[in-house]
Amino acid sequence: MLKVSDLEVSYGDFQVIWGVSLEVRPGEVVSLMGPNGCGKSTIFNTISGLLKPKAGTIELDGRRIDRLPSHEIVRLGLAHVLERRRVFPYLSVRQNLWLGGYNPQARVHREETLEQVFGQFPRLRERQDQLAHSLSGGEQQMLALGRGLMSRPRLLMIDEPFLGLAPAVAKEMMGVIAGINAAGVSVLFIEQNVQVALSMSNRGYILESGRLVLTGEPDELLNSSEVKRIFLGG
Amino acid sequence: MTQDIIIQAIISGLLMGFVYALIAVGLSLIFGLMEIVNFAHGEFLMLSMYTAFWLWSLFGLDPLFALPLCAALMFTLGIATHYGIIRHILHAPMLVQICATFGLAIFLRASAQFLWTPDPRTITTSLVEGRVEILGIFLGLPQIVASVGSLAAFALLYLFITRSDTGLALQATAQDRQAASLMGIPVDRMYALGWGIGSACVGVAGVLLATFRPVDPEVGALYALLAYVAVALGGFGSILGSLFAGLLIGQMEALAGWLIDPSYKYVVIFSLYLVVVVLRPQGLFGRF
Repeated sequence: MLKVSDLEVSYGDFQVIWGVSLEVRPGEVVSLMGPNGCGKSTIFNTISGLLKPKAGTIELDGRRIDRLPSHEIVRLGLAHVLERRRVFPYLSVRQNLWLGGYNPQARVHREETLEQVFGQFPRLRERQDQLAHSLSGGEQQMLALGRGLMSRPRLLMIDEPFLGLAPAVAKEMMGVIAGINAAGVSVLFIEQNVQVALSMSNRGYILESGRLVLTGEPDELLNSSEVKRIFLGG
Repeated sequence: MTQDIIIQAIISGLLMGFVYALIAVGLSLIFGLMEIVNFAHGEFLMLSMYTAFWLWSLFGLDPLFALPLCAALMFTLGIATHYGIIRHILHAPMLVQICATFGLAIFLRASAQFLWTPDPRTITTSLVEGRVEILGIFLGLPQIVASVGSLAAFALLYLFITRSDTGLALQATAQDRQAASLMGIPVDRMYALGWGIGSACVGVAGVLLATFRPVDPEVGALYALLAYVAVALGGFGSILGSLFAGLLIGQMEALAGWLIDPSYKYVVIFSLYLVVVVLRPQGLFGRF
């Protein structure tokens, strides 16, 4: 459903992504792993249209999206939950969610989707009139996910869903993501912890300094000496 | 007797305060949305006043009836400013942004001088003229209408921003433009809309001012300066902050003019501005 081919991305003259190709098939949970600053978020931002690639193509269901602005890409069924949640701090929980359904395709189902999201995250319903910045980290992550779901995506991209969460909350979040996937949404997510990432994915990609170095199923990756070298410096 | 004068000063200050608030909120809205200061804000006010004057002078159209037309024209001018100038300098260094809108201000002011001469012009007959006496206090009818009109425009803006879907999208864009665009909000169009609305606000204020204040090419400078002070006092991007600060400036202008000396009233206003900038640089209601 998502196909990225030979992607190259630069910030000005400084190239950060070198010939990355990756794919997400319908129904899959795919993780993108790698050390800090290796370009994971840059790839996400390029897929969702916040950055323009220097070369390469990005296709969603066979349609080129690499020249579209991000507000048009979200209409095609791709939602991107940014790193560090980035909820609208001075809007209420309900207003944040409501804005998630702003795009014309999602707008017609707004009430119905909001009910579903509230059903999925009862805590957001309880706090719907609270300003988003007053929520705890875990609640903000739920809000960011819920806001992404409001656009009725078929592919959900989540940048570091467990960042800064207490272990118990992170565990809860894993269940939530599995639930979203079970409802038929493909998931592509970024996670630094290989063990955690692979425990919940069908496949994984490992990025190092802007290049893909490994890809495969969890078992292959966990046993690979290359993974140990990158993440443990061994 | 003294008491009467105090009340008179307070109420006159209140009336002007609403007009200042409307001018300030236009500026604040644009800044809050995209962190660009429109240094041509006063010149937009001047253009709106001239438009009201010429519609009255050439076609006999009363300023009150010209109001919707002027608001629409200024809305269009704001949008044109965004697409013609602002969007090209969005990512430019701040100095470039300052020069762009400051240059626009000088261009508009000089054009007005060239086209319409520096002579002040006055709308001499209007539906709102003269003074009314309420409980022993004399108030100019044009000032009352300007104040009520400004308050109504302000209320309309507030409802639009806080209640409508598009208003929410504007707030979201102001708070996080990347996240907003990922919601499907066309950020560039929101910027244009912000410029349109901000300019329409100052346009409405301009027409209302034109019913009692002569217009000349320099007229915008003082009002814009007061608006910058109001925005800084109220907090950049804060709508209710602009209202509060506009009213505060109106009060200080009226009371300082009466207590000290009319020629010193701006000294008091700008002193307070300096105090706030030093003690609370984010403004009274600011978040930044």
